[in-house]
Amino acid sequence: MSRSDHFDAIVAGGGHNGLTAACYMARAGMRVLVVEKNDWLGGAAVSRELHAGWTYSNCSYVCSLLRPEVVRDLDLPQHGLQVIPYTGGATFTRDGDYFAYHSDHRALEREIARLSPRDVEGYERFSIAVMRQCRFIRPLLLRTPPDPVAPRPRDVAELVYLLRRFHDLGPRETGEAMRFWTASVGDYLDGFIENPLIKAHLAGSGIIGTGLGVYSPGTAYVLLHHYMGDVDGAVGAWGFARGGMGAVSGALARAFRAAGGEVVTCSGVERILVENGRVTGVALANGDTYRAPVVASGMDVKRTFLGHVEAQHLPDDFLKAVRRFKIRGSSGKINIALDAMPRFPAAPEDASFLSGDLHVSESLAELERAYDDWSVGRWSAEPYVDMLIPSRIDPTMAPPGKHMMTVFVQYAPYDPERDGRRDPAHWDEAARTAFADAVLDRIERVSPGFRDLVLHAEVRTPVDLEREVGLTEGNIFQGELTFDQLLFNRPVPGYADYRTPVKGLYLVGSSAHPGGGVMAAPGANAAREILRDARRLDRTERAFRAA
Amino acid sequence: MNRIARETVSPRPRVPSREGLADTPFEPRLRALSTAEDWMDWSGCLSPRALGAVETEYFAIRNQATLFDVSPMHKYRVTGPDAERVVNRLVTRDVARLAPGRVAYVLWCDEDGMVIDDGTLFRLGPQDFRLCCQERQFAWLHDIAWGFDVAIADETGDVAGLALQGPTSHAVLEAAGLALPDLRPFGIAEPEPGLVISRTGFSGDLGYELWLRPEGALALWDRLWVAGADLGLRAIGFAALDIARIEAGFIMAGAEFQPIHRALRPSRGRTPFELGLGHLVDPGKPHFNGRRALLREAARTPRRQLVMLDIEGTKDASGALVYHRGRREAGHATSAVWAPTAKRNIAFAELDARAARSAGLRAEIYTLKEGRWERTMASATVIDRGVFRPPRARATPPGRF
Repeated sequence: MSRSDHFDAIVAGGGHNGLTAACYMARAGMRVLVVEKNDWLGGAAVSRELHAGWTYSNCSYVCSLLRPEVVRDLDLPQHGLQVIPYTGGATFTRDGDYFAYHSDHRALEREIARLSPRDVEGYERFSIAVMRQCRFIRPLLLRTPPDPVAPRPRDVAELVYLLRRFHDLGPRETGEAMRFWTASVGDYLDGFIENPLIKAHLAGSGIIGTGLGVYSPGTAYVLLHHYMGDVDGAVGAWGFARGGMGAVSGALARAFRAAGGEVVTCSGVERILVENGRVTGVALANGDTYRAPVVASGMDVKRTFLGHVEAQHLPDDFLKAVRRFKIRGSSGKINIALDAMPRFPAAPEDASFLSGDLHVSESLAELERAYDDWSVGRWSAEPYVDMLIPSRIDPTMAPPGKHMMTVFVQYAPYDPERDGRRDPAHWDEAARTAFADAVLDRIERVSPGFRDLVLHAEVRTPVDLEREVGLTEGNIFQGELTFDQLLFNRPVPGYADYRTPVKGLYLVGSSAHPGGGVMAAPGANAAREILRDARRLDRTERAFRAA
Repeated sequence: MNRIARETVSPRPRVPSREGLADTPFEPRLRALSTAEDWMDWSGCLSPRALGAVETEYFAIRNQATLFDVSPMHKYRVTGPDAERVVNRLVTRDVARLAPGRVAYVLWCDEDGMVIDDGTLFRLGPQDFRLCCQERQFAWLHDIAWGFDVAIADETGDVAGLALQGPTSHAVLEAAGLALPDLRPFGIAEPEPGLVISRTGFSGDLGYELWLRPEGALALWDRLWVAGADLGLRAIGFAALDIARIEAGFIMAGAEFQPIHRALRPSRGRTPFELGLGHLVDPGKPHFNGRRALLREAARTPRRQLVMLDIEGTKDASGALVYHRGRREAGHATSAVWAPTAKRNIAFAELDARAARSAGLRAEIYTLKEGRWERTMASATVIDRGVFRPPRARATPPGRF
């Protein structure tokens, strides 16, 4: 075995969190190798050209949660990352009306008043309530959760920090926080807003990527999770990465290489090597072996421990908890190359909100029915769609005058039901076509002529996400974002500090705190713990403290 | 021999001077696009601070293409056998090295070496220059030109200017039938008679400035507007451009320095060296205004230094006082902004030269938070000017986006 097979750390999986952790380690002076099974880096933050002239953000499609501290620490703009905010959005209705979520505050007030005069203040109160919770929770994103059960001195300090924040919040807001962490987005919205269409528009963020319905407890937090990002300090704002989401991983990869990092693609980690309870390296699918005292797994907790570490190295209770970890796939996606800008007759020509997120679900009841379909193993007959046309803003996505549309579809099961049996294999060509038809028909209803504009479409089911990206069951968050799987419970109680029962093996992906979305927080937090263990924290410490 | 520079004299107009702001040739288009109704006075002209949302306009500069009316800028034409000698007496750079068809960024100083103004100098021909700047320089140019054989004209009202800036700006030109694939940065072209296009601008990104007679202004606007429809073209106001120029590291008169001719307090004057622009002073060339003083200045360490600061956190450091090692006041921020593309909190700051070279700087930032002022001492680091200078800005031929 040659020297070149030895590293200070190996990152298994070149997704955005793996790359983030790799960057921090390389910048702290470690010799780091990233191993990726695909011939491209980025995991679920990718841009690919599947139809000549069009760029798809194949999986994740918008950007907001990416921690500004990480962007700054790693100089990502210098490495080519440009995030362009988009503004506005709309939900269209069958009867030819719509609710326009204007980015202009006054225009939004007028629009809400048009549909429901009392909801103007209701929406205002809702926004303040959400923002108060965001203020509370955002600082926790870049902190390692404390272990409340077996506290070490650090945990105690962290618990005190948490309690202090609750104290700052005051008794009423603390109660509100509890409600937020446990309530359903439907119940929560019912408390503020009357108009069904406005509620439906706002509720979408509560179910995206989640195997829950709008009236399932826990979905209010999922909404919060989607609100706590920001673009340039505008909390709750979302943007496009210029050139698609691959620009995020592209910039991370360049930052990593600039720091001296090495990358192996086209062959994934087959086995994480463990000797006497210590990690020693990885064996790849192609037979190559690399050694390192630290292995950082960007794969989800199930894939890491049930697929790539031999069970003999893991304690029973840990394995059991990992097996129980909820990671159900609930969404699909269609990426579409369009010959022209689709028409939305309800909207004024060239309305600015058409550059935002567009939807077609009219009420919470309709959203709940979409969930009912999923829970019995069918894709939704009337799915919730989150459609965006990034090419309206980003000139790199499609030729001039042509457009690229990304359609996120909720719900789609991982293992569709057929003849009383559920099986991922039921996603055959016929099923995929039928699924895509359900979505395209629904868009066609609010945008007549839409189907004629489709030049190419990439249909992605949870099974595709699992096979291509490696997300177990195609869950986009590497595990659901419900309270039983958040903070010190993420991924499993007792292991929320990115360490695992195997010494030297760390979890750096979204299975760990604070969870999914292109946030880079798990990767950055995990890197801090790895560097702490390796006693190399000094260089990065200040950056983290500042955060 | 007539020792006074020739001057184009037009008959004095009989219309009484009007109160308020004058319109530029593009005014009808700007007014029609304005939803923000946020206007400002730029050299006496009505100029948009923002037409819509500043954020959208800023990102159009960095992501698409933008039109910004630069007609209010003062424009002077210097022509004649002695034109090069006159311009060389004015500015601190050596204009003899500026070839016809090229543009240079220039400064000029008073006899004490204090900066009067900065601007762009276009060499339209061997004996033909145009100077674009913020401040009136008509009389000053005549002072400089005394005894030389040149004609000096104030073209401010005779030339409409339109800045087309952003990564798709060349694609817009191309779609408008004005492709200039070979035009390098700081180059000048005349793709059609009467339309001069220079590859210049204040955004730090790919961009052009278009110059023509005011009569053709609206037709040019409409032509670009149609061409840019599928390329994200937007009209913008100054607020968006101001963010871009700080991010690109460009100084502005009235912010980073006080034009000495307008300063009540002589101590407010600054030399090019203090502004960090010593490289624009050519000590080797023959006499130019302020040369003696600048040679003296070049030999010693400047008292102050204009620097770019990277400031911890995200709070806007506009107007912040900067402290060095605890409580010693070392200077102040002249312009500050959160750089939305570079994702850094930056500021131009004028510091004592010693502080500018050392660590341990802190900016005292006051933020109004829901009725209460909060004070933050944010640590600050001196960094290279220009936190966003993408390669696409310099690529020739320019990219599609």
